[in-house]
Amino acid sequence: MIPLSAYTAVSAVLFMTGLLGVLVRRNFIIVLMSVEMMLNAANINLVAFSHYLESMAGQLVALFVIAIAAGEAAIGLAIIIVVFRSKISTNVDEMNLLKW
Amino acid sequence: MMLVFFAYFALVSIASGVLTVSLRHPVHCALALLALLLHVSGLFILLNAEFLWAVQVIVYVGAILVLYLFVLMLMNLKTDERYFHPSALYFVGPAVLGAVYVLFLLLQSPFDGAKGTAPASAVLQDGDTYAVGIKMFSDHILQFEIVGIFLLGAIIGAIVLAKAPKPLDPKEERL
Repeated sequence: MIPLSAYTAVSAVLFMTGLLGVLVRRNFIIVLMSVEMMLNAANINLVAFSHYLESMAGQLVALFVIAIAAGEAAIGLAIIIVVFRSKISTNVDEMNLLKW
Repeated sequence: MMLVFFAYFALVSIASGVLTVSLRHPVHCALALLALLLHVSGLFILLNAEFLWAVQVIVYVGAILVLYLFVLMLMNLKTDERYFHPSALYFVGPAVLGAVYVLFLLLQSPFDGAKGTAPASAVLQDGDTYAVGIKMFSDHILQFEIVGIFLLGAIIGAIVLAKAPKPLDPKEERL
């Protein structure tokens, strides 16, 4: 039997990696991918606790997290396309204007 | 046997997570993210969450990742020469130290709590999908409806944002 702390350890490592990606990468699309990675790490935690504490609520919250991630990806990529049209760049350091 | 599968899924998902953050070309990053998502779905199988496995494969890999790849290929980005932020090194050291400390704390904590009403044997009797459906449509129906409205808003917002702009008047053309 795998201990619960093994799953939380995997989840923590993935979350840290995603956080590092959000902080250090400069390409907006890869920053969004790192956010997806962090959401996945949270999902692992939710499902693992749901299994070990014998409750279905964790899996439901994981489902809602996946739905939110889908919406976030759609809106984020639409924003990237809008910015890319006017600036020809996806570098986060160059996106410093709220209004063009 | 469980341990072998767990080790495989955990190690490959961590390795592909590191690759997602560190690879240079954005399309390669997206493919590493694909490997990460598939192996995380394998972890869901080990945790008796078959319905979430299916949702992960269909929604994440089938929809979200394809959307990412589509936008990447639409933009046809050139690879950045300096792709890390210049101050990356200042983040990496404390982040690694913090991660090791959190891992140390996690691996020695017992994580016990009040048990719920869905032990693994009861879930396996009718299947995970049945259990998720009963729970969702009895206790969490309001959240379900809110997520539906949220997704509708996200669809409309994405369409409005990414719609091609109106052609400008030649007089006030700014380029």
